Amino acid sequence: MKRLMIGNEAIARGAYEAGASVATAYPGTPSTEIVSNMARYQDVYAEWAPNEKVALEVGIGASIGGARTLVAMKHVGINVAADPLYTVAYTGVNGGLVIVSADDPGMHSSQNEQDNRGYGQFAKLPVIEPSDSQEAKDFTSLAFDISEEFDTPVMLRVTTRLSHSQTLVEEGEPGERVLKEYKKDAPKYVMLPGYARGRHVEVEKRMVKLAEYAENTPLNRIEWGDRRLGIITSGVAYQYVREALPDVSVLKLGLVNPLPKDLITSFADQVERLVVVEELEPVIEQQIKAWGIDVEGKELFTLLGEYSPEMIAQRLAGAEPATSSQLDIPPRPPLLCPGCPHRGVFYTLRRMRVTVMGDIGCYTLGALSPLEAMDACVCMGASIGMAMGMEKARGEEFAAKMVAVIGDSTFVHSGITPLIDTVYNQGTSTVLILDNDTTAMTGHQDHPATGVTIKKSPTKKLDIEALVRAVGIDNVRVVDPLKLDELEAAIREELERREPSVIIAKRACALIDPTPITSTLFVDEELCNGCKACIRIGCTGIFFNDDEKKAAINPNTCVSCGMCVQVCKFDAIKVVEG
Amino acid sequence: MSQIMNVLITGVGGQGTLLASRIIAQVAVDLGYDVKVTEVHGMAQRGGSVVSEVRYGEKVYSPTIPKGQADVLLAFEKLEAARWLDYLKPDGIVIINDERVDPLPVMSGKVKYPEDIIDRISQLKPKTTVADATQTAIECGNVKAANVVLVGILSKVIGLPPEKVEEAIRKLVPPKALEVNLAAFRRGVDWSVHQ
Ligand code: SF4
Ligand code: SF4
Repeated sequence: MKRLMIGNEAIARGAYEAGASVATAYPGTPSTEIVSNMARYQDVYAEWAPNEKVALEVGIGASIGGARTLVAMKHVGINVAADPLYTVAYTGVNGGLVIVSADDPGMHSSQNEQDNRGYGQFAKLPVIEPSDSQEAKDFTSLAFDISEEFDTPVMLRVTTRLSHSQTLVEEGEPGERVLKEYKKDAPKYVMLPGYARGRHVEVEKRMVKLAEYAENTPLNRIEWGDRRLGIITSGVAYQYVREALPDVSVLKLGLVNPLPKDLITSFADQVERLVVVEELEPVIEQQIKAWGIDVEGKELFTLLGEYSPEMIAQRLAGAEPATSSQLDIPPRPPLLCPGCPHRGVFYTLRRMRVTVMGDIGCYTLGALSPLEAMDACVCMGASIGMAMGMEKARGEEFAAKMVAVIGDSTFVHSGITPLIDTVYNQGTSTVLILDNDTTAMTGHQDHPATGVTIKKSPTKKLDIEALVRAVGIDNVRVVDPLKLDELEAAIREELERREPSVIIAKRACALIDPTPITSTLFVDEELCNGCKACIRIGCTGIFFNDDEKKAAINPNTCVSCGMCVQVCKFDAIKVVEG
Repeated sequence: MSQIMNVLITGVGGQGTLLASRIIAQVAVDLGYDVKVTEVHGMAQRGGSVVSEVRYGEKVYSPTIPKGQADVLLAFEKLEAARWLDYLKPDGIVIINDERVDPLPVMSGKVKYPEDIIDRISQLKPKTTVADATQTAIECGNVKAANVVLVGILSKVIGLPPEKVEEAIRKLVPPKALEVNLAAFRRGVDWSVHQ
C-alpha cells in the first residue's frame, strides 16, 4: 500500500531499506526530519552531533568501520563539513556512505541559497537528485550501492520543495543490517601526502568510471514527446516541466554529477531546440555549453529562488501570467512566540542602544521590527568572532557598547572556539548565551547541553557555565531573561568590565515549557495612557485597540509571561483577580 | 490539468494548517488518488504567513499549485485569504475563517487592518463563504479544533465523503483530542455553504 511521506522521511526509509545502521546530523531546515526519522528505527544508531563537521566525521568512522551510514545536513551545513568532505572523497568508503545536502532555493529558512551541486564537481563526488518522495526513497537505497561499488561517498542533493512535500511512496522490505569486515588499510585511510597522492589517482579513475555509469544508469531517462522542444532537467524542476509542458521531450537527470555526455549529445541531436531547466546555478547548462552544444538556460530562467510550473509555461509556452487582484495586504513577517524568553533580551539591548553581533536561531528575529536589535548575522557561531573583530578594529571603547548574542545549540555548534580566541587574544567582549534548553528554530531538537539524546534517553549534560569558565572566562553569570531589571543590570556591569564576560540568559523556550509565569492578565483601561510601550515588544498576546486608544490582552494568545507588565510605566497591565 | 483538485490552505504560523492539509490529503489517498502536498516548515511557522497546498487527481506532477489554478482557498485568517487570492481560479471558492490576527505592521500601528477585506474579497470572488470556526470550536470544547471545523466545511464543498474524513481524523488526531475534533468536524459539515 502506498503512503504519503515528506521527502525527508522517504530518504530515511530508503536508507533503512538499504540496511543503513548509522545516521548522524546536526538539525537544520530543510534537512532535520531525515535523521529524526532514522532515530525511530530501533536497529539504527542515530545521533544529533554538535555540528555538521562532527556529524560527517562520525559518519566517516562508521563507514570505515563497515556500516552503511547516512549523514544529513542543510546546504550551509556542508560548508561546515567541507573539510572532511573533500578528503573523504579521496579515502572512499568501506560501508556505503551517503551524505544528504538539503538546499533551500528561495531561502525559506536560510541565510543564503548556494547550490550544492557545485560541491559534487569540486569534491569529485557523484551527486544524485530525486524529484519526489518515491524517488527519494529509491535513489537513497541505490546511492548506497553506488557508494560501495565505486568506493566513493555519494551526495544526495534535495531541496526544500522535495524535503517538505508529501507524495506517495510504496515501501519496500527493510534490508539486513550488514557490517562489512574492517581491515587496516593505511594507504587508503591515512591521508598523508604520500598516500593521498595515490588516492587522487583513484579519484580520477573513479570519475571516469562514474561517467560511463552515467550513460546507462536507471537514474537518467528520456521521455520522448514532441521533438521541437527538448528539456534537460532534474529534481523538483522536472515536476514543474511535466506540469507546464506535458507534450515536450524531456531528459530527466537523476545523476547530476558526473553528467552523461553521450546521452546528452544524442538527446540534443534529436530535438530542434534544447533548454536546460534547473533552479539556481547553471551547473548542467555550463557543462553542456563547454561541450560545444547549443543550449539555452539562464537567458530564460532566473538564478534566484524557486521555479514554478507557471514560470515555465510563461517562458516556454507563451502563457500569460495570472491576473493580479492588486489587494494591498500588509506583510506578515515571522515573530518571536508569545512568552519567548528572547524577547526581553532584544528589548533590553535596543533600550541600551548597544551594537549587537547576532547569530542563527529563532533569536535572529530580534533583528526585525519592532525590536530591531541586531547589527550583523552571518553564519552559525559567527557572533563571537565578529564581536572580537569589531573590537580589534574599533577599540575597547566601542566594545564597551557591544555584545555578541548566541543561542545554546549554536554556541555548542561553533561558538566555543571563537570564545577561546577572545580569551587568548585578550578581547573584552560581553557574550550573551541565550540558553533556552533546545534547538528551537528547527523544531526543538535536543543537543549536548540538554542532557537528552535523539532517542530521548538521558545522557551526560554539557554544563555551559563550567565550559565557559574552563576556557578562561572569569566573569560568568546566569540571569533570567524574563526579569528585565536584573538582565539590564547584568549587561551594564559586564559591559563596563574591561575583561571578557559571559551572561547566560537561562529560560526554556516557551513552546517546550509553557508554564505561565504570572496569572491571567488584563489591561486596566483607566491606567493605560495609550503610549504603546507594550506594543513595541512585538508580542501577539497584546494589541492596540485603535478606537479606544488603549492596549488590550488577547486571551487566546497571551501565555502570561509577564514581560509587558514590566514594560508598562503606568502599571496598567494587571493580574485578573480570583 | 483540469482533472486535478487544487486546495490551498493558508493561515498564520501556529494555527494548525498542517493538520488540515494532512487530513484532506489522507482522504484523497484513501479514495485512491495520486496526491501531493507541500507545506511550510521553519521560520514562517513562528507566526508568519503560511500556506499548505494539497493536489489530488489521476496523476499529479508539481507539488505546488500554479498561480490562478486553485479550486478552493481555505483561509484560517482574513488577511491570509486576501494574500493568496491570486492563486485562485476566477470562479474558485473561498472559505474564510472570521478570525483576525494582526500582523506586526498593524500591531505597531504603522498600517490599519483592512476592515473591509471580506467585502473586497467577495466582490472579486463571488463564491466566498465566511465562517466563525473559532467560536464553533470553542462551543465544541477546544479553540484549537477550529482547523477541523474548517476541514468540515471544506470537505462538504469539495465533496469528500464524511465517513472517509472521519476515518482520516481518527488516524491523524491523538486519541484524547478525538471527540472534540469529531464534533468540530460535524459542525463544519453542517454549515450551510454558499454554492
Ligand atoms: S520557538 Fe521558542 S525560542 Fe523560538 S520564538 Fe518561539 S518561544 Fe522563542
Ligand atoms: S504577558 Fe504580555 S508579553 Fe507575555 S505573552 Fe502575554 S501579552 Fe505577551
